[in-house]
Amino acid sequence: MNVIVCIKQVPDTTQVQIDPETNTLIREGVESIINPFDTYAIEEGVRLKEKYGGKTTVISMGPPQAELALREALSLGCDEAILISDRAFAGSDTLATGYTLAMAIKKVKEYDLILCGKQASDGDTAQVGPGIATQLDIPQITYVKKIEEVQDKTMIAERSTEEGYEIIKTSLPCLITVVKEINEPRLPSLKGKMKAKKAEIPNWKAIDLDVDESQLGLPGSPTYVSKIFTPPPREKGQILEGDAREVTTKLVESIKDRLN
Amino acid sequence: MDYLLTEEQVMIRDLCRQITEEKIIPVAGEYDKNETFPWDIVKVIAQSDLFGVYIDEKYGGMGGGVLELCIAIEEFSRGCAGIALAYCGTALGTDPILIGGNEEQKEKYLPDIAAGKKLAAYAITEPAAGSDVSAIQTTAKKDGDHYILNGTKHFITNGGEAEIYTVFAVTNKAKGARGASLLIVEKDTPGFTFGKKEDKMGIRASATRELVFTDCKVPKENLIGKEGQGFLLAMKTFDMSRPGIGAQAVGIAQGALDVATKYAKERKQFEKSISSFQGIQFMLADMATKVEAARALVYASARQIDAGVKNLSKDSAMAKLFASDIAMEVTTDAVQILGGYGYMKEYPAEKYMRDAKITQIYEGTNQIQRNIIALNLIKETAQK
Repeated sequence: MNVIVCIKQVPDTTQVQIDPETNTLIREGVESIINPFDTYAIEEGVRLKEKYGGKTTVISMGPPQAELALREALSLGCDEAILISDRAFAGSDTLATGYTLAMAIKKVKEYDLILCGKQASDGDTAQVGPGIATQLDIPQITYVKKIEEVQDKTMIAERSTEEGYEIIKTSLPCLITVVKEINEPRLPSLKGKMKAKKAEIPNWKAIDLDVDESQLGLPGSPTYVSKIFTPPPREKGQILEGDAREVTTKLVESIKDRLN
Repeated sequence: MDYLLTEEQVMIRDLCRQITEEKIIPVAGEYDKNETFPWDIVKVIAQSDLFGVYIDEKYGGMGGGVLELCIAIEEFSRGCAGIALAYCGTALGTDPILIGGNEEQKEKYLPDIAAGKKLAAYAITEPAAGSDVSAIQTTAKKDGDHYILNGTKHFITNGGEAEIYTVFAVTNKAKGARGASLLIVEKDTPGFTFGKKEDKMGIRASATRELVFTDCKVPKENLIGKEGQGFLLAMKTFDMSRPGIGAQAVGIAQGALDVATKYAKERKQFEKSISSFQGIQFMLADMATKVEAARALVYASARQIDAGVKNLSKDSAMAKLFASDIAMEVTTDAVQILGGYGYMKEYPAEKYMRDAKITQIYEGTNQIQRNIIALNLIKETAQK
């Protein structure tokens, strides 16, 4: 089966801060990594190829340095990589990104499954995966925690929900977004790293895709960000001590106090 | 210091470092306490293609040499020397096949070792034969198409866990040192069993066990080289493997230095970080200098082996001797810098000190290394 994995290069979230003046992320000096959720998509893509044969292609839309993230994906076992990078794509919101990636995937043509992480750690929107599926007019299953079975033209997957999980059967091709319970990503291999270093990664620009230019980049992005801020840290909770009866009494008192 | 490593060597180092940081360091203390054999980490190392860094590409390796092996051992040992030993013990057990094995033996055993599917072990030491290799009592008697192996080996690294053992045995007692041979013995060969597992001071994640041979029938094709070449092959193996122990010692010392430096920056006494005291600064400076000197010697001796230089015994003995003595000194100082905390098992310093000690003892005690160095020195001087 042929799999396409979509990844995003993000700033290492453990180091990110927001500039209070401009409401934007301070990216200077922050290391870039593959969006952590996408690493599970990469691992699943490589496992599917190992199990069912075929090819795993990884694609990323972003600035030229996103090539590094693609090389890392190659070292983790993906077969081919494509960089989608052009000034025309700059300023894309999730709608324009979903559109551009969908058009790139159309150009790849042969695919049975598209894998995405459930969301990116920088924007946290979880919109691009579903956006791609919508643009391509194929089924989607979000928050997949297990792929149960893959047949020639169908697939069964378990999807996490807040209450539990759903088992869904879908036709192929389809798009899934994955949660971290789905697998444990491997570390790169030496042979993979060497292959990744030498690999030639094509860069597809707007001109290479069959696109409506008005749907690209900033002009194609209706999202308006009014404010970005760091939420105030959650206040420290209070631990009630004593036996069940005492604690219950104290708890009821405390709730009553707050209600007043 | 920049050792002008190739791109490939840097890749090996970085990958080993990642495994050490993410997989080894978090479990090192627990594995040490419970004496857990690190099969899960062996699998990670195998999946990352690192078991074959020193094995020819023809047999599924990466085609590197002793330097590549040393780089990997050093990185793993920085996290845990005991866990690293599953890896370097395998290299030691493989060296005799690399040095003296014929094509059939290489084709049969090396691909599985390079892929990390099978571990190897090197079996020389016996209860009555440690530094004195000539006192070996295990015998291998030719009987038609087989050798019949009898005797007991002890203190064998990877014992019970490895699949492939290179075993040193006497094939002709009358010939003394020229009457010993090396044989490949596979696990599950009838007559080959495992005895006591040792409870050790350090390197506790490594399995150290007794091998017992009772009329164990080994096919004659498993003889490495020719009958009587055992002693020569064993010495050549040690010449090649000693920098690996040096690398293990450098890794241990570096790990201890890292812990001590970090602690010195964090620990406050007299309202100051203790790293601001010259007494601590001088200790750290000396430790760092010693570690770097040891690393330089280990890498230089490894490069020399890879370049095919002859008469390596003295230099590879120096690398092992110096690096292991440094590891003992540096880890002892690291415990000192951590003070009372250094003595407690809750902190990693004492483990480095326990692990360091063995590097002065195995693969030839440091007294034996000094013998080798002195003998070669005197010989060289006599030739001038």
